[in-house]
Amino acid sequence: MAMKGKNCVAIAADTRFGIQAQTVSTKFQKIFELGPRLYIGLAGLATDVQTVSERLKFRVNLYELRENRRVKPKTLLSVVSNLLYERRFGPYFVEPVIAGLDDVTSEPFVASLDLIGCPMVTEDFVVSGTCSEQMYGMCESVWSPDLDPDQLFEAISQALLNAADRDAVSGWGAVVHIIEKDKVTTRTLKARMD
Amino acid sequence: MECLIGIRGKDFVLMAGDSVAGRSVVAMKKDHDKMYQLSNRLLMAACGEGGDTVQFAEYIAKNIQLYRMRNGYDLSTKAAASFTRRNLADYLRSSTPYFVNLLIGGYDDSDGADLYYMDYLGSMVKLPFGVHGYGSFFVLSVMDRYYKEDMTRDEALVLLQRCIDEIHERFIINLNSFKVKIVDKEGIHVMKDLRPTTKQPEETPGTQSMDIV
Repeated sequence: MAMKGKNCVAIAADTRFGIQAQTVSTKFQKIFELGPRLYIGLAGLATDVQTVSERLKFRVNLYELRENRRVKPKTLLSVVSNLLYERRFGPYFVEPVIAGLDDVTSEPFVASLDLIGCPMVTEDFVVSGTCSEQMYGMCESVWSPDLDPDQLFEAISQALLNAADRDAVSGWGAVVHIIEKDKVTTRTLKARMD
Repeated sequence: MECLIGIRGKDFVLMAGDSVAGRSVVAMKKDHDKMYQLSNRLLMAACGEGGDTVQFAEYIAKNIQLYRMRNGYDLSTKAAASFTRRNLADYLRSSTPYFVNLLIGGYDDSDGADLYYMDYLGSMVKLPFGVHGYGSFFVLSVMDRYYKEDMTRDEALVLLQRCIDEIHERFIINLNSFKVKIVDKEGIHVMKDLRPTTKQPEETPGTQSMDIV
C-alpha cells in the first residue's frame, strides 16, 4: 500500500513469499526503487513481480538515457500501464502501486493499477493485494490529510500490520519506506510471523 | 514425489536430492543423481517433469560454460541464478514451458556461499535453506527448529540426516537414499549417499521363530 502525507509519501508491503498455504520465504522483496524518490510496489504472482520489475527497470533506464532526466511519477504510471496492457490477453498477474515525489516540484504522488494497466491516481492512499478490503478499512480509519513523516509512518504501519493479521496468506514480516524531499527512510516492522 | 534439500552453511552449501527416478507408480532407477554441475563452484538440483529437468539443466549448464569461454571468468551465483530465472520466466508463457523446480547453490569470492530457490513459474528467492517437493511439508519445520546461521559441515550433515529421517518416518513414498554434494571454495565435493537411520526391530520376549521342516 502507499499513502500521501504532507510533502512526503510512504509505501509499505509485507515480505511473504508463499506457495498457497506454505510460506517459503519471509524476506521477499516486493518494493523496488526506480528513482531516488520513486518507488513501485508489486503484489501478485511472485514470478511476475520479478519479471515486471526487471522489465520496468529496463524501460525506465532507457527513458532516462534518452531523455537525460529522471522519470516523473505520473509518466512512470503511463509506462507501467503500457507495459501491462501490451499483455492484455495473457496478462502479468500483478497489481502495482506507485509512490513518489515529483523530481522538480517535490509534490507527493500515489497511484495504483490493475493487472491490465488501468491507472488510478488518488489523493489519499492506494492498496493492493489479497487483503485489499482489510487494507481499505484500515487506511480509511487511520489516514488523515497532511500527516507529517512520523505520523505517516505510524499510520501506514498500523494499517498494514492489522490488515495483514486478518488475512491468512499475508504478513510474515513487513517493510516501510518513507520518502521525503531530502531522504528516504526504510524500516522493517516487527510483525506477527504467522 | 521427488525431494530436493539445500542448506547454506558458513562458507559452503550442502545440497541433497533423493535418488529415485520414477515414472507413475514405478521406481525405475534407485541411484539417480538429480544434481547438475553448472561450473566449478555452481551446483543445480532439479526436479519436476521428466525430460524437462535434464533438457533445461543441460541448456543452462552449457550457457554458463559459454559465458566462461567468452569472458574468461565464471558467472557469480546470483548472476547465474538470475539468468536461469529469466529463461524459466520467458519460457513460461511460450508454447513450451519447462516444468522444473530448482535449487541453485554456489560459492563465489565476493558473496560467499549462496542458495537460491526457484519454482517452475520462475519465482526466485535467496534462502538459508530450501526444500522442493512434498518433503518440504515435513522438512521445513525441522529446519526452522534446528537450523542456525554459520553451521559447520558436520552440523549441516546432522541436520540433513534429521530431515531424511523425518521424511522416512512420515512421507508415504519410500525415499530411502539421497545423493549428497557440498559446494564450497574448493569446488564441488561428492559426499556419501545418505539413508534414513534404521532402527532394528526388537524381538519381543517369549516368542520363538520356528522353521517348518
